[in-house]
Amino acid sequence: MTTATPDAITFLAPTGMLGTGFPEASLEAGLERRPAFLGVDSGSTDQGPQALGTGEPLLSREAVRRDLALLLPAALRHGIPLLVGSAGTSGSDDSLDWLWDVLREVAREQDLHPRVALIRAEQQAEHLAAELRAGRIHPLGAAPALEEATLRRARRIVAMMGPEPFQAALDRGADVVLAGRSTDAAIFAAPLLRAGAAPGPAWHAGKILECGAAASTARTAPDGMLGLVDGAGFSVEPLDPEMRCSPLSVAAHALYETPDPTRLVEPPGTLVTSDCRYEQAEDGRSVRVTGSAFEPAERYTVKLEGAELAGYQTIIPAAVRDPLLLRQLDAWTTTLLQKIRERAQSILGGALEPGAWSVGVRVYGRDGALGALEPERRLEGHEAMLLFEFTAPEQRQATAIAKSAGLLAMHHPIAGWEGFVNAVAFPYAPYEIERGAVWRFSLNHVWELADPLAPFPIAVREL
Amino acid sequence: MARLHELARLVRSKNAGPFAVTFDLIFDDPATFESVRDAGVVTPELFARLYGVPEEQVMLVAYAPALAIKATIPRPVASGDLADTDVFGAQLYGPLVELEVPGVAIPPGPRFRGARP
Repeated sequence: MTTATPDAITFLAPTGMLGTGFPEASLEAGLERRPAFLGVDSGSTDQGPQALGTGEPLLSREAVRRDLALLLPAALRHGIPLLVGSAGTSGSDDSLDWLWDVLREVAREQDLHPRVALIRAEQQAEHLAAELRAGRIHPLGAAPALEEATLRRARRIVAMMGPEPFQAALDRGADVVLAGRSTDAAIFAAPLLRAGAAPGPAWHAGKILECGAAASTARTAPDGMLGLVDGAGFSVEPLDPEMRCSPLSVAAHALYETPDPTRLVEPPGTLVTSDCRYEQAEDGRSVRVTGSAFEPAERYTVKLEGAELAGYQTIIPAAVRDPLLLRQLDAWTTTLLQKIRERAQSILGGALEPGAWSVGVRVYGRDGALGALEPERRLEGHEAMLLFEFTAPEQRQATAIAKSAGLLAMHHPIAGWEGFVNAVAFPYAPYEIERGAVWRFSLNHVWELADPLAPFPIAVREL
Repeated sequence: MARLHELARLVRSKNAGPFAVTFDLIFDDPATFESVRDAGVVTPELFARLYGVPEEQVMLVAYAPALAIKATIPRPVASGDLADTDVFGAQLYGPLVELEVPGVAIPPGPRFRGARP
């Protein structure tokens, strides 16, 4: 790591996501460097719309409690704030309350008494409808213009906060900040900017540190990273002494999960990395980055995320091994699905509105990963997996169709054989699996804010 | 003729938010990176054809500091929606791996890339 100048700020990202873990030795090594704060992301949309639809976290309570049980006492012992963004995967009110409950349990067990700021990010559809009418909500990219009905159909809507609510929480003396949905980099940019760091290095360092040690050359397990921001740029250094960063590994991290490596859009503006220089420091493990720039936006905007119910689903996995059946699989599934649809009509009748339910099959071994996009859509192996799916407005309807469909599939005639066939190998008994509610992301829009704090109420609690 | 997996250190895909997927083609050395970048096969047209999106919606960037070419397209189906096949967008890069890149030499190095299946 390059030598710290007097105005340098050292900070620590113990792991890329709260609840994925980190070695205790790494945390201790990081704390010895006297960081000014600990920051960790707790959310993601990577795993689909389920978390926002249900408000439930995707990581277990046990895993998140393990990480908090180390981070909370560490922060209090060193008198530095712990900032957590996008609480409980979706950053909705329910997932924030869940994380708050885990934190209280940890504090109680260890007899700790932090001052905690809770920042909410969930939004009311009616308020957003008024904002839409006022012309303050705009589509992103190729998204269609928003309709008020889409807002009202959403089960939960969150806005992705920038750094200002975190800063306001720190201004109120919080030892711990638990925030709802936030941009990943804002968790780190907030305290850095508040301490007077230049915006370019602050945002760029935040973007790299939000993934923990992911920007190292070979991250074998979740681990932490140390950042150091000063007047001219910043440095990053992995906490595990066996890990290192190279100029390429740090530059390549700018590619991760983002459309354009040179321009990263954040609520107050855009991080521009096109003139960055990445240099290996003398220690051979840390990397120094200079030339990060930040262009303030004309209008402050936050991204909106929403999830609406797409229905309830029941699925059946089934293997096919008969070479005759594999050769006629398309024709076989086409007539089978038609038979299943007719059966569904006859058993559920008027309860199913046209268009509100569907039956389908995916063929693994042919185009399972790419679907209609598969350019080599052919079946060549000696077996395939069929994944049947049944979607309906109610779980019991989806399962009723599935229960009938499994036996229809089992005995659906195979051309070339005569008599009563057994056509599919079910790996499970019963053969159907209820998936529960399935959700869809319904918003791809930004919301113009006159006040970056207004949609994100802060409550301060003493434990 | 070299195939992309013989030239790149890593070819990968991943969601960039729920409505976009981004492809990273990362190389080991500046010469190979520049040759592939300039070979005229990694183009917006390629991604438009493979992934069924309009060419003008393909964002293609060569990022020299990371020796990488990056393409981002709107997802054909939003992550996790009923018709989605790949919630993380993790395997959508499959059709790129064996892309033929004319006129680019397989770089020498400790790994003999041609031996990879």
